[in-house]
Amino acid sequence: MSESAERMIAGAAEEKIMGLARSLYSQFQDGIVPHITLPTRTKANIEYNKDEEVWVYGSQETLRSVKTVRGAKSLLKTVHLADLLIKEHLRNNRGSTLREIYYISENWDIAKFNEQSESDRLIEDLEIVTSLQREDFHVRPEEDGAAIFGPLHIREKTRRGERDIHCQDEVGEAGYQIPFNVDNIEFLGSDARMVMAVETGGMYARLIENGFDEEYDAILVHLKGQPARSTRRLIRRLNAELGLPVTVFTDGDPWSYRIFASVAYGAIKSAHLSEHLVTPTAKFLGVQPSDIVDYDLSTDKLTDKDLQALRSELSDPRFNSDYWKRQIQLQIDLKRKAEQQAFAGKGLDFVTKEYLPARLGELGLT
Amino acid sequence: MEIAEELARQQKAISVAEFFEKNRQILGFDSAPRALITCVKEAVDNSLDACEDAGILPDIFVQIKRDGDLFTVIEEDNGPGIVREEVPKVFAKLLYGSRFHCLRQSRGQQGIGISAGVLYSQLTSGKPTRITSKIGPGRPATYLEVMINTAKNEPEILVEGEIEWERARGTRVEMEMEGSYVRSRRQSVYSYLKNVATVNPHARITLVEPDGTIEVFERAVETLPKKAFEIQPHPHGMELGGLIKFLRYTERKKLRAFLKETFSAIGNITAQEICQISGLDGDLPPQEIGHEQAKRLLSAFKAVKVKSPPIDCLSPIGESLLRAGLVKEYRLDFLATATRPVAVYSGNPFLVEVCLAHGGELSSEGRVEILRFANRVPLIYQQGACAIAHAIEGITWKNYSLSQPGGGLPVGPAVILVHVASTNIPFTSESKDAIADMPEILGEIDLALKEVGRKLRRYLSRQSALSERREKEEIIGKILPRISRKLAEILEMQEPEIGPVVAKIMGNVLICRHVIRENGLTSVRIDVENHGDLSRTFKLHDLLGQEAISVDPPARKAQIKDGYDYNWKLALKSGERATICYKIPTDDAPFSAPIVEGLSEEMVTGAKVILS
Repeated sequence: MSESAERMIAGAAEEKIMGLARSLYSQFQDGIVPHITLPTRTKANIEYNKDEEVWVYGSQETLRSVKTVRGAKSLLKTVHLADLLIKEHLRNNRGSTLREIYYISENWDIAKFNEQSESDRLIEDLEIVTSLQREDFHVRPEEDGAAIFGPLHIREKTRRGERDIHCQDEVGEAGYQIPFNVDNIEFLGSDARMVMAVETGGMYARLIENGFDEEYDAILVHLKGQPARSTRRLIRRLNAELGLPVTVFTDGDPWSYRIFASVAYGAIKSAHLSEHLVTPTAKFLGVQPSDIVDYDLSTDKLTDKDLQALRSELSDPRFNSDYWKRQIQLQIDLKRKAEQQAFAGKGLDFVTKEYLPARLGELGLT
Repeated sequence: MEIAEELARQQKAISVAEFFEKNRQILGFDSAPRALITCVKEAVDNSLDACEDAGILPDIFVQIKRDGDLFTVIEEDNGPGIVREEVPKVFAKLLYGSRFHCLRQSRGQQGIGISAGVLYSQLTSGKPTRITSKIGPGRPATYLEVMINTAKNEPEILVEGEIEWERARGTRVEMEMEGSYVRSRRQSVYSYLKNVATVNPHARITLVEPDGTIEVFERAVETLPKKAFEIQPHPHGMELGGLIKFLRYTERKKLRAFLKETFSAIGNITAQEICQISGLDGDLPPQEIGHEQAKRLLSAFKAVKVKSPPIDCLSPIGESLLRAGLVKEYRLDFLATATRPVAVYSGNPFLVEVCLAHGGELSSEGRVEILRFANRVPLIYQQGACAIAHAIEGITWKNYSLSQPGGGLPVGPAVILVHVASTNIPFTSESKDAIADMPEILGEIDLALKEVGRKLRRYLSRQSALSERREKEEIIGKILPRISRKLAEILEMQEPEIGPVVAKIMGNVLICRHVIRENGLTSVRIDVENHGDLSRTFKLHDLLGQEAISVDPPARKAQIKDGYDYNWKLALKSGERATICYKIPTDDAPFSAPIVEGLSEEMVTGAKVILS
């Protein structure tokens, strides 16, 4: 991207934030109680968009107005944030992390954020209002160390110049670390046939040690728990630009199904970005509740919280399919959960020699 | 010998004193800390009763001393004293007292209390109780050391003499016993005396603790509570057995006279009415009335309407003293009291007083604190078994702005004080810890609680309206100006006018003048909008230096110094808007702010306010 193009994008982002400020300003002048409306960000207000094949926010809206102290403070913080993004970030081509923004607000007197989740949320609000992404405001998350490993040749534009990297031959055992802005990566070429996203570091390392990536021409993506936006964005681009099928391999518990859902369907918190982050064709590989029975895996008992989460998923529109209803109900009946590592109990090669080939076969990917 | 005869030889009478020796928990001596509290309580009860009977403002001194495992309880009063002959019986004979046969509200009833303390003391320490009493200035004080002969329930005097005592009159008791002194707990000598002081604000109570700490609960009022008078039983709630007993032993010769003289609230007319309803001859000798007839008489009691028992047998603490007592011991934001009229249970008059205090330094964590009193005596044990707790639990406190998670006692920064006064308090046991669940008493407590609950709800809703107002003031005073300043900085424009938004948020009447000056003419438009929830009627004045033209709607006009006062009478419903237009034939007419007459200042934005 050229420097002038970059400035143009910054200018467009600035214009959008200015637009928000202008609308609040004219509400004051017209004697309208200043407010912004935002889509309600709950499970009850997400719906499936058939064209994009992703889950997005529905039509319910939340009004945030200065009529209450909470609303008024929140709007005050929003305009402070807008001021920061325009004057410090966009006009000076600088950026901050989410955590830094929380600390910057120390100087904002009564507009100071009480905790980081509050500033994170307001930045998401700004994304929604301006239809931009936080990267456009030069706001980045803390690096979370998620990585990929596999037959993929990329070019990353860094602040210190462009780097060409092969993610299998030219990286260490941990793989290539995914940068926060994935749109700075260009795909140069790939021999891969599939992408496999893996929840835990233990399983990611196991698959690399067993040479699974070479044997199956797979790009392994380490999700590191609930995946960051950049990780999900990268999976989406691998799927959309290289046409690679995506599978997700997690633990067999309700929290892991949510990890899959955020890759394949979108997260409730960031449904406004679903079209950029979601891979609708991603398939859930395992561990399925039925695997617990079929492979006689060693298990743990479900806690009350686990059961609650499972029941909540039964009413989550993203899991409203026969497959998920059957699997979740089965798990509630079993009252057991299993980790990915449970396969180690059958031998270190079992997962790569038996389980994954069988599952990939079922999904039509071998 | 028959078995029955054999068994009969083993039967023998048990002295009350022996009985209590074996069943000390019945009288409240079941644990070491409790025994100490009970002794203090019995002595203090007696002192307060004696002082009030004698019309003396009580000044009570309590000291607890510790010597190894043994404690010495010293209690001293400025009461009338006790004559020499009575001292041994009062302190060393159980069931000896002046109040048992008497229908009048008093702290002590059975004559067990202090002698049970003496008994406990001699059982645990083996030592006699030392009593000093003086009945008037100029006389020597009597000094006695007594013990109870438990087999006979009779006093035994070990030492007797006369001594010099600096007090003008009064009584001093000194007992040694096993015990345990705790301070911090709710159930302690300290908190017991604090509660006594709360409902007896006419008393000064001094406590010297084992470590030498001196606590003085100072007197808050200088008047004695109204004296309670002795009364006769009330016909309502009379029981059959009691009635038959009265009938048999009366000295009256005729039923009519018996009714009139034996019961309170029965006069000639009512007596006649009762005879009629029961079908009994008023001249019948009471002693000849049989079981069946007594039953009819009893149901006649229930059928006739009689006056409530006279209230002078009861001595309520009263609203102002309750208030004084609580304010003395607690820091509070709100306090409400309710005193119920005298009611009757089983022929005994009683009345209920309730005081609810809220806020201040009371803890908002946990359940509310409950202070229970029976005839001005604090009840500290067995709260869960007490009618007072049951009545409080029976109320849906949510209706009165207190939360009540999972039922039971409400939660919040509140103290609930309940005082039940009666000629005969129905305790669940002899240790006098809890009031029994008599339906009449529960009902009266319930009504009194609801009365103070309503006051609390009113107070709290007023508070929340105030805090809503404060919240709005924070919005308009602190937050809105900052938003507008920051917006102006971002956009590099002038700060927007926040008046209209302020009016909307505050629900005010907004007055806004728009002026256009052109072609030697000043055109003025004044927009008036009512953002409140209610209709507003007021006058709008505009003071002009010269006459206006094309005034619409037409205005009243008055000539004043330096010009004219144009005024319009406006009535605007909630949300309604009015527009006033006029022109002035120059293009440099000066304006002062419009003036509103007939609304208070905080209801108006964009104009000055004058009183009408």
